[in-house]
Amino acid sequence: MTIKNQLGLHARPAALLVRTAEKFKSNIFVVKGDLEVNGKSIMGVMMLAAEMGSQITIRAEGEDEKEAVEAIASVVEDKFYEE
Amino acid sequence: MKNEIVLKGVAASPGIAVGKAFIYDKEDFWIEERTISEHEVDNEVERFLAAVGQVRDEIKETQERLKFKLGKEQARILDAHRMMLEDQVVIDETVTRIREERKNAAFSFFRTLRKVIKALKPLEDNYLKEKLADIRDIGRRVFFRLYGKEHPTLRDLEFPAVIVSHALSPFDITHMQRENILAFITDIGGRTSHVAIIARAMEIPAVVGLETASSQISADDMVVVDGNRGIVYVNPNEATLEQYQQERKRLLQQEEVLKELWGLPAITQDGKKVDISANIELPEEVEKAMSHGAQGIGLFRTEFLYLLGGTPPSEDEQFDIYREIAEKIAPYPTIIRTLDLGGDKLPGIAPPVPEANPFLGWRAIRVSLALKDLFKVQLRAILRASVVGNVQVMFPMISGLEELIEAKEVLEEVKEELRQKRIPFDEHIKVGAMIEVPAAVMVAEYLAGEVDFFSLGTNDLIQYAVAVDRGNEKISYLFDPLHPGVLRLIKLTIDAGHRRGIWVGMCGEMSADPLATVPLLGLGLDEFSMSPLVLPQIKNIIRSVTFKEAQAIAEEILQMKTAREIRKFLQQVMDRKFCDISVAPSKTRSEF
Repeated sequence: MTIKNQLGLHARPAALLVRTAEKFKSNIFVVKGDLEVNGKSIMGVMMLAAEMGSQITIRAEGEDEKEAVEAIASVVEDKFYEE
Repeated sequence: MKNEIVLKGVAASPGIAVGKAFIYDKEDFWIEERTISEHEVDNEVERFLAAVGQVRDEIKETQERLKFKLGKEQARILDAHRMMLEDQVVIDETVTRIREERKNAAFSFFRTLRKVIKALKPLEDNYLKEKLADIRDIGRRVFFRLYGKEHPTLRDLEFPAVIVSHALSPFDITHMQRENILAFITDIGGRTSHVAIIARAMEIPAVVGLETASSQISADDMVVVDGNRGIVYVNPNEATLEQYQQERKRLLQQEEVLKELWGLPAITQDGKKVDISANIELPEEVEKAMSHGAQGIGLFRTEFLYLLGGTPPSEDEQFDIYREIAEKIAPYPTIIRTLDLGGDKLPGIAPPVPEANPFLGWRAIRVSLALKDLFKVQLRAILRASVVGNVQVMFPMISGLEELIEAKEVLEEVKEELRQKRIPFDEHIKVGAMIEVPAAVMVAEYLAGEVDFFSLGTNDLIQYAVAVDRGNEKISYLFDPLHPGVLRLIKLTIDAGHRRGIWVGMCGEMSADPLATVPLLGLGLDEFSMSPLVLPQIKNIIRSVTFKEAQAIAEEILQMKTAREIRKFLQQVMDRKFCDISVAPSKTRSEF
């Protein structure tokens, strides 16, 4: 999916993504290019440096993987602004 | 005698302090690299996890103190620290290094953090600079625990001093004896960094973003901190010292005298009444505003809400804060300005591509209209709070009619949503526009037809009108509120508003300039909104003149051709009329 919020992922929205990911048991990964980081790691997500327009992939493995991907996708879709 | 050094930074928290420097330096920490034996491994991992736990407790304790001292929302600035400390990936990687590389815990943790810092460095904007300082701060705290030491705190300071540091974290500031802290000086940071926000709430003068202060100042150097102008004098010469000691004394005395004005209306000798209100950015400042005699909040800046914690503030969080302020100041009005981030004020959420001209860029209402969801959350919170007090909403940086109408349409949409959900709000909530773009002045009459009030934002208006970036030293002398062109723009705005029957106020710095008070009064300004600290002085000036003479003075300066001529004239008027009142800020401003 595409990062749509104009502010990119590297600063504030990273925390929201991580908090959402933490609600799930599955292992969650965020991928950008050849970089893959743990979606529950604030440092990792910050390091992705995903700016507006960058393509990221959300991947989850585990019992609630479907819900996890959906939840994170909707956070990204909503451009991070509704809690 | 050492030579005087003058350092210029960002005025982060007002006030003047003179005292000895205390260098609070945390940058150097020697981390030994040690290979451990196999049977030490488990113990080392345990030690590391225990240290992380101790720092976690330390964060919690600090958060409690912050809550106690500054309120709930201030404590949120430590949420990011906590998330970074508890980052599972960083912890796991450190543990793996201890186990597989057989290195001591401190070194393993250091290597892990260094990797993160290295990856973030190329992206470094103002926001990340602070984040990097946070990461280093967390690292240091864990190292100290690993070596079984207590992290040094400002509580150990035994004499009153000016704290000089590369960066100060919320930990540093909360663990201190207030009476020993004269002021803060830091190398990094801006007006919205942690240290600035906390210093303002605690009324400690602060100058930040000085770049090299911590290396240029030595322990026990004498320093003068001017938190009003963002200037620091190291080893000040006799003249500087004298000037500041005088100014400080004068301000203190004046404050005492002017406190007597509390409760008296801002009314001229011949009975013309104006509103005098406060600019604030923290809910805690409401008390200060009221104790200085403010009759309303003329500008509540909401930016800080967006610059704390890890996420934008939720509707409920905003609602709580707006309600708290509105309740306290009622029946007087609370004017809430919607998000005014952007340009220099956008440290938290930097735009992806650096703008060549941030002041002419994507900011304020332009950001809100582009990010409608974010905008709507704020408007909902404001509308909900309008039930408990006299809440009004103001849109920043309106440049033309379309923008204003679009913003009002979003407001209507939100109102409709609330109606459908049967959530109560003030149906007749007053709406205002900030006038700070010269083109908006020229169409002010059209804009006035759409709103209930105008508020002149003079900082931006002047900068756009005379095409001067005040931060640029070479040209900052051109930034002059008394430029005849600027005065005419102000007059046009006031006249247009009055023709359409709405009131016109001012919330820029100019409304706090004693030299400008009488002419603004004469031009017909209805409301003066300013920092609570200067409010009694401005009120005193208003109470000492007649509207008639203010009008005559305004007319007279409108005939003058240069700012210099106007300034000289006003200075004479003020000296004649107010020999007991300081007009120093304007006088000295022109000297710098």
